Amino acid sequence: MTQREKKILLADIIGCIFAFFIFICPFLFMLLNSLKDRKGAAKLNFSLPSSLHFENFIEVIQNNNYQILLAFKNSAILTIGSVVLLIIAGSMAGYVIQRKKGKLANATSILVMIGLMLPPSVIPTIWLLKFLNIYKSMFSMIMIETALNIPFTIMLYRGFAGTIPIELEEAAYVDGCTPKQIFMKIIFPLLKPVTATVVILNAVTIFNDFTNPLYFLPGYKNTTIQLTLYNYMSTFQNSYHLLFANIIIIVLPMFILFLFFNKRIVAGMVAGSVKG
Amino acid sequence: MNKNKLYSNGFLIPALIVFGVFFLIPTIISFYYSMTVWTFDSAKFNGIDNYIMFLTDPSLSIGIKNTLIYSILTSGFKVILAFLLAVFLTGKIKTKNIIRSAVFFPNLVSTIAVGITFTSFMHPTKGLFNNILESIGLSGINWLGAGNIALYSVVLVDIWKGLSIATIIYIAGIQAIDRSYYEAAEIDGASKLQKLKYITIPLSVSARNSVIILSFIGGIRSFDLIWSMTGGGPGFATDTLASIIYKQYVAGYYGLSTAGNVIMLILIVFLALPLQKYLYRKEEAIQ
Repeated sequence: MTQREKKILLADIIGCIFAFFIFICPFLFMLLNSLKDRKGAAKLNFSLPSSLHFENFIEVIQNNNYQILLAFKNSAILTIGSVVLLIIAGSMAGYVIQRKKGKLANATSILVMIGLMLPPSVIPTIWLLKFLNIYKSMFSMIMIETALNIPFTIMLYRGFAGTIPIELEEAAYVDGCTPKQIFMKIIFPLLKPVTATVVILNAVTIFNDFTNPLYFLPGYKNTTIQLTLYNYMSTFQNSYHLLFANIIIIVLPMFILFLFFNKRIVAGMVAGSVKG
Repeated sequence: MNKNKLYSNGFLIPALIVFGVFFLIPTIISFYYSMTVWTFDSAKFNGIDNYIMFLTDPSLSIGIKNTLIYSILTSGFKVILAFLLAVFLTGKIKTKNIIRSAVFFPNLVSTIAVGITFTSFMHPTKGLFNNILESIGLSGINWLGAGNIALYSVVLVDIWKGLSIATIIYIAGIQAIDRSYYEAAEIDGASKLQKLKYITIPLSVSARNSVIILSFIGGIRSFDLIWSMTGGGPGFATDTLASIIYKQYVAGYYGLSTAGNVIMLILIVFLALPLQKYLYRKEEAIQ
């Protein structure tokens, strides 16, 4: 082994140790403590559980009249509803903004840039929802998530639409396709790779969103998954074993997503973060 | 052929309606209501009183100060650490894909879950951090209980969680650099440090700018981590604009809360936007 190879091996080992302690240990900690009994978890340490307590998970699921199942259902409706709307509205707008020169297209483009940076105005939104009589409804929550994430979605679609050759549309136009047909039959299928990115990134953001449901979707029957976790913080204050079991249940869907789509997610993050 | 005919303005309408109604209109009316004493039934105009209160009442003005400290520290540390990590992870090591995955995963985890876990690490007597400190002979720190430390403890966790996306952006930026620059430099006998200084850093500047802007704006808007770790406490020591907006909302001071919202918007428009313009101008000067 040469000096150089030894150095690289050393860097490998140090890197792995470092990654393990800094980035893996917190998750290991959640898992270990979710399997302990009350006393064991209350010590908040890294020891292995003396016996495995899978009933922690059952207790969390049964808590407060199976609230977490209701929350999963709500989060699923919210996430799927918003993502579908984002795909439809975002792909159409992103495509036209990329192609068209005109007042409305330019104005939309500017709005997108504004929306990427500015925070939502919380209480005026609540006031508006009350005025429209849709406060505390899943419909309004879906609309808000769509409004908050559409700038980013349009930016992704606009960037990708630039790589689709314009000749395709012109040929279709000559053959008598309407703009609507061109989009539905030619453009949208070609946008598939970026649609996958849009789905994953928005799904993660909306599923993990805590702040907006806290403001706009209060109430037991509306509860979403992040809110149940937040509420359990006080309910389970001295029951760390249940708190961590709850965390594991919530992190699990993301972990499965991560196992299957690791590369796609990373590619999407990069595409989404580099300026459009 | 008139190319614009191919594209119908109608395609913009759904996005514009949703964005207009649920984002733009509330933002516009927030300017008016930030200058009122507001319950939803009535709004009494009181000029800039809310803003004056925000700047003079110590329990509110600390939020502006903390928000600035928080966003500057998190974006600063993220950009430095992410750069070092990205250089390491684009190097010759064999396990880089495994390490990259480990660095990346926190990005998918809910902030509340991260907050709870690190709060238990920072427990003053039983927490892991203090156990480690005590085992090497140092005295424990009251991470979240001491007013002068708590904000920095939360900053630490924010950096941990945000490092993943920052590193991903940086890795992409470094990988996009043309290899021939490095080859040419090697022929000229450049050292590793020189290559880093004269090739990697200047040519990954666009990634750096993205990281800075994203984490700076994210820092100004940050709410869920602070809320799940300290709730703004002890006292008001870790209150930021976002946590004050929530507290005033819960307390029923809608006008004051909305003023906080507008101040947040002002901070972004007058700090983040000029920062972005400045960084991009420098970026163009390099390229």
